[in-house]
Amino acid sequence: MGVWQCALVASPSLRSGTPLTHGGRTPTPSTIPTVLVLVVRRLLIFAVTLWAASVVVFVVLSVLPGDPATLILGTQATPESLAALRAELGLDRPVVVQYLDWLGGVVSGDLGTSYISGLPIGEQILDRLAVTIPLAAFGITLSILGAVPAGIAAAARHRRLPDAMISTASQLGLAVPAFWAGLMFVTFLAVRWRIFPAGGFPGWSEDFWGSVRALVLPAVSLALVQGAILTRYVRSAVLEVLGEDFIRTARAKGLTRSAALWRHGLRNAAIPVVTILGLQLAALLAGTVVIESVFVLPGLGNLLLQAITRRDLLLVQSAAFVITAVILAVNLLVDLTYPFIDPRVRRT
Amino acid sequence: MTDIFDVPELEVRRRRWRRPNLIVGAVLVGLVVATAAVSYVWTPFDPEQVNVADRFLGVGEAGHLLGTDQFGRDIASQLMVGARNTLFVGVLAVSIAIAVGIPLGGVAAVRRGWVEELVMRLSDLMFAFPAVLLAILLVAALGPSTTSAMVAIGLAYVPIVARVTRGASLPVLERDFVRAARGYGRGRVFIFVRHVLPNIASVLIVQATVLFALAILAEAALSFLGIGTQPPTPSWGRSLNDAQTFISVAPTLALWPGLAIALSVLGFNLLGDGLRDALDPRLEVRRT
Repeated sequence: MGVWQCALVASPSLRSGTPLTHGGRTPTPSTIPTVLVLVVRRLLIFAVTLWAASVVVFVVLSVLPGDPATLILGTQATPESLAALRAELGLDRPVVVQYLDWLGGVVSGDLGTSYISGLPIGEQILDRLAVTIPLAAFGITLSILGAVPAGIAAAARHRRLPDAMISTASQLGLAVPAFWAGLMFVTFLAVRWRIFPAGGFPGWSEDFWGSVRALVLPAVSLALVQGAILTRYVRSAVLEVLGEDFIRTARAKGLTRSAALWRHGLRNAAIPVVTILGLQLAALLAGTVVIESVFVLPGLGNLLLQAITRRDLLLVQSAAFVITAVILAVNLLVDLTYPFIDPRVRRT
Repeated sequence: MTDIFDVPELEVRRRRWRRPNLIVGAVLVGLVVATAAVSYVWTPFDPEQVNVADRFLGVGEAGHLLGTDQFGRDIASQLMVGARNTLFVGVLAVSIAIAVGIPLGGVAAVRRGWVEELVMRLSDLMFAFPAVLLAILLVAALGPSTTSAMVAIGLAYVPIVARVTRGASLPVLERDFVRAARGYGRGRVFIFVRHVLPNIASVLIVQATVLFALAILAEAALSFLGIGTQPPTPSWGRSLNDAQTFISVAPTLALWPGLAIALSVLGFNLLGDGLRDALDPRLEVRRT
């Protein structure tokens, strides 16, 4: 069943605080507008936030010291040639006009060309996203694969040895900077034992498996820290659910502890975990900036840093905006999944 | 005869503070503070003394406890002085976050209506920018330096403090003593400072401790990228950046600054957890 059909089959008998179980729902047409209103409202908020983010990025960078024209022509350039170049780049126009021009470009998909390299910015960003997005996806997948079973195991064995061990490990994982974990991996797994490459990226079309291998250590470094945070949330969400009345009822009906957890507990525990996952993806994308620097990966973060060093204002602006837009889009997707995980949301 | 109310209160209070995470956290944080303090009066070697003949010495060689770096500088002395920088960045970043965040959250809670809506939507917007990304942008605008890093990290955490302040203040504002104060004709600012702040202090202390840990990580990341603390000021993140360059020559160079960062962050995180449990035991019941 597709997610949209799924949204149409919420039972009117579900009340807030009622546990979620599978099956037993009848279609009701009245839920269609609720979901639609929810989606439209969320899309509007997304659009407004995206616009506000563009203002923030533009305002922060318009106070950047250093004149791009001087940077391109050098300090020896004559005032006339500087003025001519400023006019050519459109830097002599009022700030509002510059903003609207840039925003218009963003909307139409044309981000302009870099002042410094002269290359089209949109193409550069797209090339770099081909490394950053798979890296972030790889990282979050690894962190979910590790954290969800670990969190459930810790909650199920609450206050026993597995719980203590998993909690200690996640506390340690929280304290380790991802880039340091990356450096340690490079030191031991790449430089000393030569199991993985120390850095660099061959490119997807040139060497697919080589590219996958190049992303393994960076993804593991990211996943270690994010996984530690996620484990804590999964553990506390499952613990909270295990203390609910409906689990006691399920146990009273004769279900074993693990059966009650699988049948009734996990879906209820998923709601707070999905929220955290959205926020974590944002942190993970920001984390790629640093990790790409450790492993010399040609990703978006790397491009952003290069642009900052070269004072390539327009490129910094666009790269930062694209990262923010991706984060906002991920959070939008997370919000839109709520009605499908939790039918109660559809009724509010 | 023993009265049932004759509870050894002092003992209960003592036990409240006797928590492993609180103790380990306090010891680790105390260690960082002590190291930074001692570094003002004594370090095993001059941390900035370059000695090319003694480059890349190993642990314990020629009296260097943790060896030397690419310039022959003593790593232990560098780490000790680096602790100052870490604490400095943490204190200032958290102070900025608190100085801006508490009034913002307070105004939102006390005024409600459109003011609250505006503050909350603004903080939502700030959440779209991960702290490190915002810090990178601000550092790009202000130029790389420890101060830029502190301001950037502090501003990035403003929405967190504002949200926590607002969330914790709302229930307090509904309590009888606040109503009584309003009945007395006390102003909103007076009520917030005199009645609300003392009641939400424990929540804010815990939040500040956790933010301190995050600030240490963020500064380390910025300095590692070369846009935080600038040389010659010793910084743990900066040392890791240098270590990366020489990773094939001296693989252990990256070990010590990273351990120092991890132990400090662990200390502040444990301290925050321990304080939360000790200051609000009800939370512990729910959390564990």
